[in-house]
Amino acid sequence: MVDRITDETIEYVGVLAKLELSDDEKRQAKQDMSKMLNYIDKLNELDTSDIEPMSHVFALQNVFRADVVTNGDGHRQTLENAPGEKNNMFMVPKTFA
Amino acid sequence: MDILSYSAVELAAAIQSGTVTAVEAMEAVLSQIDRVEKDVHAYVTIDKTAAMKAATVTHEKIKTGELTGPLAGVPMALKDNLCTSGLRTTCASKMLENFIPTFSAQAVLALEKAGAVLIGKTNMDEFAMGSTTETSVYGETRNPHNTAHVPGGSSGGSAAAVAAQECFFALGSDTGGSIRQPASFCGVVGLKPTYGTVSRYGLIAYGSSLDQIGPLTKNVTDCATVLELIASYDAKDSTSIQRKDTTFTSALIEDVKGLKIGMPRDYFGEGLDKEVKESVLAAAKVLEKKGAILEEFDLSLVDYAIPAYYTIAAAEASSNLERFDGIKYGYRTAEFEGLHNMYKKTRSEGFGPEVKRRIMLGSFVLSSGYYDAYYLKALKVKAMIKKAFDAAFARYDVILSPVAPSTAPRLGESLSDPLKMYLGDIYTISVNLAGICGISVPCGRDTKGLPIGMQLIADSFQEKKLLRAAYTYEHAQKGAE
Repeated sequence: MVDRITDETIEYVGVLAKLELSDDEKRQAKQDMSKMLNYIDKLNELDTSDIEPMSHVFALQNVFRADVVTNGDGHRQTLENAPGEKNNMFMVPKTFA
Repeated sequence: MDILSYSAVELAAAIQSGTVTAVEAMEAVLSQIDRVEKDVHAYVTIDKTAAMKAATVTHEKIKTGELTGPLAGVPMALKDNLCTSGLRTTCASKMLENFIPTFSAQAVLALEKAGAVLIGKTNMDEFAMGSTTETSVYGETRNPHNTAHVPGGSSGGSAAAVAAQECFFALGSDTGGSIRQPASFCGVVGLKPTYGTVSRYGLIAYGSSLDQIGPLTKNVTDCATVLELIASYDAKDSTSIQRKDTTFTSALIEDVKGLKIGMPRDYFGEGLDKEVKESVLAAAKVLEKKGAILEEFDLSLVDYAIPAYYTIAAAEASSNLERFDGIKYGYRTAEFEGLHNMYKKTRSEGFGPEVKRRIMLGSFVLSSGYYDAYYLKALKVKAMIKKAFDAAFARYDVILSPVAPSTAPRLGESLSDPLKMYLGDIYTISVNLAGICGISVPCGRDTKGLPIGMQLIADSFQEKKLLRAAYTYEHAQKGAE
């Protein structure tokens, strides 16, 4: 068992993931992640030095289109899903102090 | 004949001939839902009024000859991660409890255009992360064959709805087996198409390089028919592929003479339940009797598929689920101090434990210092797995295997040990990594009466081989009964 997952790692990953975990959740996350990573370490049994990483199975190319609006004006319905709305805009908490 | 016992294609034919109407079909299915839904809980949302109204409109269009397709008037269910314009789409998460999409998924539009009528949205593991449909925030779905057992997952609601006659067919999504495994557990047919075959536009993303939408149906004919309608190029999905060979119903032929079937020894070894093994081997014998050539072989790398998959899927999930931030749609925490605190509290309260677990893992494997060791490594292993399949398909038309190592586990047995649950995906997961196609076909039951599924896997764009073999098997079985 490699102990690469420290309390600090969990704090740091929590920041990256934008999750605020309770102490219990942190303990659990530490345990789960260590267990998973030890399992994932199995991949190191394979020599992949000459292998190109494959992000997609088919050779994908960027798909371009003209910058023209094709969908109708759905801003009313879109805003109706927003947790906060004001003057036809999304309402967000103050961003700058 | 009882309306509910019709297959989707049989029902559409009966509707065209006038012996049943689209309205009667919807009424029949809604009263079946009234009877069994309290035990099965296959649905998250059912809008009966809208369903009856849509059935009436469809009925009129069939009467005037405007709708004549092979699914016109047939009531369908959709997994709750497929966006439906104006109808709540939750991903079985608190995060999207009140989310009403402003558009419908492309696959949904294709079916509606063909006259299929929406009943409602089916239950699933939260954000499609799970193998049992127990991580749904709206409560678990139960297996219609034995309600003490899970239906499988993550498309468990769709599979259960088809099995319990609460719809005539359903759509699900498959990222690591999420169509094929519940299909197997519930005794229905489920197909994961080749990556890029069905547009992912409107499918709420989990692992974008792995996700595919596909049908869950009562039989192979329905499966081919639904697939034919939803498979098409879509400019709105940049990974969509232009295919010419999408007349899948033309593959519904009872003939496997000379079809070369490879059976990976690594898929029949340790960990496989004895009854499942016997049942799948018996199914292979049926195909052999029909003229297929069976051969055992070593696929290799099987033990590396799950660690590679969970690395890649978690990485993509952590990125895809960043959009849930409490701003544009979905849940927002009640009290917070400033923007960042709002993000964190919203996400922590809105996501369930399994989703958070995968976001955490994904964020870690993508983080600076670990990216190469984990994420890139997994992508390299993915390339090796794809190569192993290429080698197999140079020799075989189809690979035959079990869908899952066991039949449906009891409720509550799986969630306590996530890693153990992940290991249940061992036979399905490589198909997603390699981007190829696979189908689950019912092939028997265990002594507890729970269904067993056989999986057939074919190379990219070879769904017709799957459908031909599955159809031949299904008909041979019917003849034997």
